[in-house]
Amino acid sequence: MAKKDGNRVLTIAEALREGITEEMERDEKVFCIGEDIGIPGGWGGAFTVTLGLEKLFPERIINTPISEISIFGAALGSAIMGMKPIADVQYGDFLFCAMDQIVNQISMMRYISGGKIKVPVVIRVPVGASNRGPQHAHSMESWFINVPGIKIVCPSNAYDAKGLLKAAIRDGNPVMIFEHKLLYGSKGARAEKGTIDASRYIPKEDYIVPIGKAEVLRKGNDVTILSTLLMLHRSLSVAEQLESEGVSCEVIDLRSLVPLDTEGIFNSVKKTGKVVIVEECTKRGGWGAEVAARIAESIPDHLIAPIKRIAALDTPVPFSPVMENYYVPSLERIKDGIVKTAAY
Amino acid sequence: MSKILKKIGAQKALEMYKRMLKIRRFEERVRYLFLEGIMPGTIHQYDGQEACAVGVCSALADGDVIASTHRPHGHAIAKGLTCKEIMAELFGKTTGCCKGKGGSMHLGNMDKGMLPSIAIVGGNLPIVTGMGLAFKLRSKKNVAVSFFGDGASNEGAFHEAINLAAIYDIPAVFVCENNLYGASTHVSIVCKLKNIADRACAYGIDGVVADGNDVLAVYETAEKVIKKARNGGGPSILELKTFRRCGHSRRDSKAYMRKEELDYWMARDPIAMFKDILLKAGFCSEEDLERISKEVDAEVEEAVEYAQASPDPRPEDALEDIFA
Repeated sequence: MAKKDGNRVLTIAEALREGITEEMERDEKVFCIGEDIGIPGGWGGAFTVTLGLEKLFPERIINTPISEISIFGAALGSAIMGMKPIADVQYGDFLFCAMDQIVNQISMMRYISGGKIKVPVVIRVPVGASNRGPQHAHSMESWFINVPGIKIVCPSNAYDAKGLLKAAIRDGNPVMIFEHKLLYGSKGARAEKGTIDASRYIPKEDYIVPIGKAEVLRKGNDVTILSTLLMLHRSLSVAEQLESEGVSCEVIDLRSLVPLDTEGIFNSVKKTGKVVIVEECTKRGGWGAEVAARIAESIPDHLIAPIKRIAALDTPVPFSPVMENYYVPSLERIKDGIVKTAAY
Repeated sequence: MSKILKKIGAQKALEMYKRMLKIRRFEERVRYLFLEGIMPGTIHQYDGQEACAVGVCSALADGDVIASTHRPHGHAIAKGLTCKEIMAELFGKTTGCCKGKGGSMHLGNMDKGMLPSIAIVGGNLPIVTGMGLAFKLRSKKNVAVSFFGDGASNEGAFHEAINLAAIYDIPAVFVCENNLYGASTHVSIVCKLKNIADRACAYGIDGVVADGNDVLAVYETAEKVIKKARNGGGPSILELKTFRRCGHSRRDSKAYMRKEELDYWMARDPIAMFKDILLKAGFCSEEDLERISKEVDAEVEEAVEYAQASPDPRPEDALEDIFA
């Protein structure tokens, strides 16, 4: 819950919880629907985001059976009737059980209605390899960039998480928020091994982070690095290290994949002429492929090196920590790609 | 005269008859337009099931909503959409109820309480649960109704939607129009139960069966389960035993249908059955019915002219209506 003044550094899980609380206070149409939420003595979803909200809003925390089709169908139906659902699954991998409702129904309803129906559905999706084996690990953002009618955001820190969530709730369209398990900063029984600190100072005042705007997190001249979520943090570490080795990296947190901030991306690429894309999605058909194609299609004359994509392997996510570390782009793999591109 | 007919009264009964006839004439006209190659797309028609849509929709109140399937023409007419906005949608015109973006399988108009219909089998049930959930969260005394076929009852969405509706006593009614065939597959091949409504016991809710070709039986049963849902009693499954007199779609010749079954059901035309009841009750004369018939024909014909005269969308209109 909200901390006292002077103690406003929140984790992503806390910032999301605060954002949901404020939006539910602000607008009685906002409600949460999902698995294992609002159970006294439970966890508040798999990663504590909705912890305790049932005490504040007993009527508006709809705990569902393990039943993904009904979660997303009911979210859509309620949105059509004027509600603003925040639907979540415990793990993004479970979305695949509800693909008809997400891809055929939620994304298309406004279009099919000829623009008469509004679909303010927010879908929260935990992603990322975190030592759970192949079916609690997938990063599937890329699947949904191919679906017209859904906006996609990927907050890498607590400030963006709260701001993008609030923007999503107020957007009036289907928005998927991909949240990385190793960035939540979940506590207690749901703490994650290998967590990276993504907490930030959160202002008391209401704010949003606009959907569709990337952010330059580190200025540089030699190479543009485009990334999101956990890979963004790894890219920043590598960029810092490379500074002392004489490579100046411009690191951009895309924050939104749909719509994509092509202007922000192109401005940087025009300056550096070199691009490295770092993502945790599998490489074949990953979002990096789309971003690379946009750059190559629109500003080819500004490129002075081939675009480099560093992504997860084209395999399921293996369990063994040894193999999983090989599957997800490591600091070494990222560094190697950037160095080679910079030297081109 | 039956108690239910007396309760409905002459005016409403004749309006119900008119809607049923309108559906039949609309479908006959659409079939002609389609087979002549005048109308684009594909068609899934509702001939023979008119009593289901009209019986249920006539038992609804203002503010109640329905959702339909890939076979939605009848539900749209029963819920009060005009023949014009439906026909124009079938022609892909800007004046269609979905501005030509939906077509025959996606008819709806929320101003009239009908969701653009969902063409994925079973897809509308979870959405209806959500519409009912919204009524409940906003303390509205309304009911959401899902129409679906026997085929949809084998989908996972059926199970998930009804279970969620049941545990929260959501004001919804799940109307299964068992027309005996999912495309060309007979229901007995894909379901061991005699009644699909028997599945209700798996969710701890009521399952009721009615003769889907008897509009009065449909109305009477629907009214009960709708009232129950409206008053906080939770959802029910209402199975209506009926029959699709036409093919599944397009030029389907129904070669897979069983002769005896076909003969039995063709003799039970819901419109002819209701007509006899209305005449016997003295609610109308042959002349009244003839007048209704002419009115319906004129309305359908006017809709065809309207649709054909309506403007096509601009190609680039395809780019609109993705986001609000």
